[in-house]
Formats: sequence, C-alpha cells, structure tokens
Amino acid sequence: MSAADISTEPTRRPFTGRRVRFGDVSLQLVAGAAALGVTVLVGLIVWKIVDGSRLAIVKNGWAFLIRVAWNPVPGRELYGAASFLFGTVLTSFGALLIAAPLSIGVALFLTELAPRVIQGPVTALVETLAAVPSVLIGLWGIYVLGPVLRTSIESWLHTVFGFIPLFGDPSAAGASIFTAIIVLTIMILPIVSSISRELFREVPSELKEGALALGTTRWEMVRGVIFPYARGGIAAALILGLSRAMGEAIAVTQVVGGSPTIQWNLFSTGDTLASKIAAAYQGAVTSLQLSSLIYLGLVLLVFSLLANLVAQWIVRRVARKHGVTRGGHV
Amino acid sequence: MSITIEPTVRVETRRQPIPPRERLEPIFEVEGLDAIYGAKAAIKDVSMEVYKNLVTAIIGPSGCGKSTYIRCFNRMNDLIPTFRQTGTIRYHGQDICASNIDPVAVRRNIGMVFQRPNPFPKSIYDNVAWGCRVLGMKEDLDARVERALTQAALWDEVKDRLKASGLSLSGGQQQRLCIARAIAVEPDVVLMDEPASALDPIATQAIEQLMHQLKSQYTFVIVTHNMQQAARVADMTAFFSISQGGEGERYGELIEYDATEKIFTAPSDKRTEDYVTGRFG
Ligand SMILES: Nc1ncnc2c1ncn2[C@@H]1O[C@H](COP(=O)(O)OP(=O)(O)O)[C@@H](O)[C@H]1O
Ligand SMILES: [Mg+2]
Repeated sequence: MSAADISTEPTRRPFTGRRVRFGDVSLQLVAGAAALGVTVLVGLIVWKIVDGSRLAIVKNGWAFLIRVAWNPVPGRELYGAASFLFGTVLTSFGALLIAAPLSIGVALFLTELAPRVIQGPVTALVETLAAVPSVLIGLWGIYVLGPVLRTSIESWLHTVFGFIPLFGDPSAAGASIFTAIIVLTIMILPIVSSISRELFREVPSELKEGALALGTTRWEMVRGVIFPYARGGIAAALILGLSRAMGEAIAVTQVVGGSPTIQWNLFSTGDTLASKIAAAYQGAVTSLQLSSLIYLGLVLLVFSLLANLVAQWIVRRVARKHGVTRGGHV
Repeated sequence: MSITIEPTVRVETRRQPIPPRERLEPIFEVEGLDAIYGAKAAIKDVSMEVYKNLVTAIIGPSGCGKSTYIRCFNRMNDLIPTFRQTGTIRYHGQDICASNIDPVAVRRNIGMVFQRPNPFPKSIYDNVAWGCRVLGMKEDLDARVERALTQAALWDEVKDRLKASGLSLSGGQQQRLCIARAIAVEPDVVLMDEPASALDPIATQAIEQLMHQLKSQYTFVIVTHNMQQAARVADMTAFFSISQGGEGERYGELIEYDATEKIFTAPSDKRTEDYVTGRFG
C-alpha cells in the first residue's frame, strides 16, 4: 500500500441496509446451540430421574416423603425419604451456619486486617483447601476429625449445652451428623470466603476512605460501608455454599454413619439424600430399591431447586433494598 | 515592589481583610515535614502555620504533593502501607504525627472531602446520618441532618427525597452531600482535596459560597489546581512546586506561603510569579 492509496476522506457507510456480518451470525449460532444443548441436557436428566423413580412413585406416592424407613430385605421392602431429607437439611444448614461467619471473617481478615506478609500465604492456604478432593476430606474426617470431635468438642458441648436436645450424648465412634456438618463446613468455607474476599476487594477505596475520614474505626467502616456494599454478593456466595453442602455425597457418606433415622441429637448417626444414593446405589438388588434411590435423587433435585429459588429471592430483595448489587449500583 | 506583574487572576475584593498576624490563632503548626512513599520523598521539609477560621489554599502543579500533604493533616496516609513521614504537625499544640496518637480520634476533629464525590450507597438521609450515629451523636438526628444539608446548600434540593439513594444525585449535589456528611459530625477543620475539580461552574460556585458562609465555624484547607478558585475563596495561599534534588530526584516543596492577595499580586519568589501568571512549564 502506498501513501497515495490512503484516502484522507473518512469512509462513510450508508446507514440503511443491514449488513450480514459473519462474526455476529456465527456467534449467534454457537450461543444458540449451546443454550439449546444445555436445555435439552437438563430436560433429559430430569426426565431420566422422573422415569427411573416411576416405580417407587407409583408404589409409595407422597407418603415416601414423610416415611422414615429404608428396608431393602426382599419381601419386606419399605422405603421413605424423611430421614434423609432431615439429614440433608440439618447438615447443610448447620454447615452454612458455621461457615458463614467463619468465611466472612477470613475474607475480612485477608482484605482489611492482615499485614501484607501473611495475606499471601493465608490466601494460598484457603485456595488449596478448595482444591482438596472431597473424598480426602471425608477420609480425614473419619480418621482424624471424628475421634477428636467425639472426645473433646462433643463431650464439652454435651456438658455445657446438654439441656438442648441437639447436644445429646457424644457419638459412639466419631461418625455423626455433627462430624458431617464440620466436614461440610470445611468444604464450603473456601468457596464462600474466596468469593467474599473478591467482593470486599471490589469495594471502592474512596468509600472506605470516606467512612474513615469521618473518624470511624475500621470495624465501624466495615459494618457501615463494606458489608452493605457486598451484602447481595455474599448472600449469593452463601447459596452456592448451601448447594454444595446439599449435594455433597462422598465425604458425608464417609463420616455420617449411615442410619435411616431422625434424631435431634447432632452426635448421633444419620444420613443425607446425596450420601444415601452414593452409598446404596452399587448394592441395590431389587428394582424397587433402585427406583426408590432415584426417587431420593428426585427429592434432592426438587429440594435444591426450591432452596435455591428461595435464596435467590432473598438475595434480590436484599439487593433491591440497599440499592446495590454485586459490583455496582442499581 | 518594583516589579509589576500581570496577574492572570483577578483577586476578588469580597474577601475580608485578614487580621494582623499576631491576632491569628494557629490551628496547625507544621514543622520540617517530609512525606515519603517507599524510598521516594513526595514532599520535603514543609513548615507553615494554618490559621483558625481562615480558608487556606494549597496550589501548585500536578504531582507536587498537594494531596499527600493535605492527607497528612488527618492521618489519611496511614492507610497506605508504604507511607511514612517525619517532622511534626501540631494541632492545637499537640503533635498528631506521634506514634501514640490515635488516627481515629484525629479524624473525628479533622474531616475531609475528596476529589471525586464519594457518597455511600445509602439514602441521602443516611449518608449524613450514618457518621453521626456511629460517632454517638444520636440526639435530634433529623435536625442535625437538616442543619448539615442546609449548611451545604443542598437541603432545598433534596428535602422531598431524603430516602432516595445518594447516588441518584448529580455530581455537584453528590459533592455537597459529602460536605454535609463531613460537617454533620461537627469537625473542627474541614480538608478539601480539589473538591470542585469534577464539577461544573455552578456547582463549583455553590461550594465556594458555602465555604465563605461556614468559615466562621470551621477552618478550611483546600487543595486546588484552579488559581481563580484559590483567589476567590482563600485567605492564605501556599504555593508548592516540584524541585529537583541530586540524582534526578524530584520532590514537592513549599515555595511560598502568604496572604492570597500577596501571592497573586506581589509574590516574592520567581517560581510563584511564573506559576500565577501562567508562565509555568
Ligand atoms: N499511594 C502512593 N504511592 C506511591 N507514590 C505516590 C502515592 N500517591 C502519590 N504518590 C506520588 O507522590 C507524588 C505526589 O503526589 P500527589 O500528592 O498526589 O500530588 P498532587 O496531589 O499535587 O497532584 C507524586 O509523585 C506521586 O506519584
Ligand atoms: Mg491530588
């Protein structure tokens, strides 16, 4: 190209006449196909689950949801989801209850309080925790955590708070709902804390300085500026953690003790929907048992969806109320 | 003075004459202040007095350390990990740079308004009320909020929508909201770092007027790179410039500090003269 070829006249394209641009079209096609693919996949999964649990649905109906039973002895078969549903709610919300303040605390510490030198290592440590496969955490839970909890924490809680039914007699062997709660806490802590950390980091330093310039303390600034700003995002992170806790199977199977009972004592054994499916699927012999396991899966699916919807509704309300959503202003 | 210089800036006469020096009460006494980021000095050896109930302007080219300097007055630089300073700033006679001084207590007395309006993502009311609540000034909160907003010349514009988000206001209104927020907690001094640089002329005028009206109650220190503004609002003006040290080191230095009138019409330093007549750089 020589200098003469370069026109100094701006090239004006006519505004009329829509041009078909290859990039736009192909992007639309790819995105459309992906969206369709995901929808079909979800549909297939749901269909497969409903189809697989048909036998159990026909046999049990709604009673399945409130029955406490899991008896696979042929001839005397009786199945129910109540104890597993109970276990799922207890473990996931229990874990969330402990993980929420802990992970927010860790995130705050890392963004606002910790000296530079320890910020890096601690952050790396938390990230590493997120990378540990859950089966290893379960293994550690059964060999290390369970026994320790049983001999120290559980007995202490029982002596001090024994009048509350939740803190009954310590577990016999270390496997318990409580151990499952702690294992789940460890699993959701890194997720929630790293999301919260990013949220706290996003708070503009001008806002923080604006608060501190009024003569407020760091903690007052955190409460008055950082928390309100990050509230919606933190709630979303907590939902993510809750979903994770509800769906976790292996690690819970390893530490929960696997008994189909409803007991208020956290230190007794129990089971969850996900854990039961993981534990019993291989050994299922009768078609009704298999179908009932899939029915458990359906219950888990519906329950997780419901929990998610409710949680999202809460997030949206919180976000609207404070005029702030993640990363910006409404 | 034999030199006659053609000031580009007309000094307004509306300003009251400054009382004689011996009648002025120093609120800050800065002595040998060095402010350092890491290994690099931003300002060196600054000494001056800031007087009570006057408006003091700090002018100078970009990068001469005006922001750094004004943030020393309320220990705002403490938030920057690499920052350190030597020398003293005495506030009512007490060295606020000393290590045993609580910066939170310092900031309760010395408020600040920033270059970019930074209202909290809260309602207009809560933007002003939050600081009062946190600092325990909860009595007659409504009246306090109204008073602060009135003083900041914003009340009439927002009185019907106090519950609306502070972010829904225009830039000029947001900055006045930030001023209201700063004065609602009754500071002794209000520091302003280029408070009008992001604002249109009308909003700028509103803020300047408000300083005129409030200076009987507060002491203002204002950084500005707008010389007209300094000439309009300030009683005293400090001119900072960038000086070259050995080995190519550049740092900000206080060149001249005097009555605004004097700085703009009869500066005693050539560099000040060059700057105020627009011959700088
Ligand atoms: N947070 C910081 N870290 C390191 N250097 C800084 C920081 N803030 C300002 N500086 C440096 O200090 C000098 C003065 O900056 P500043 O006080 O912002 O000047 P001004 O407000 O007059 O434009 C500049 O050279 C700038 O690069
Ligand atoms: Mg500046």
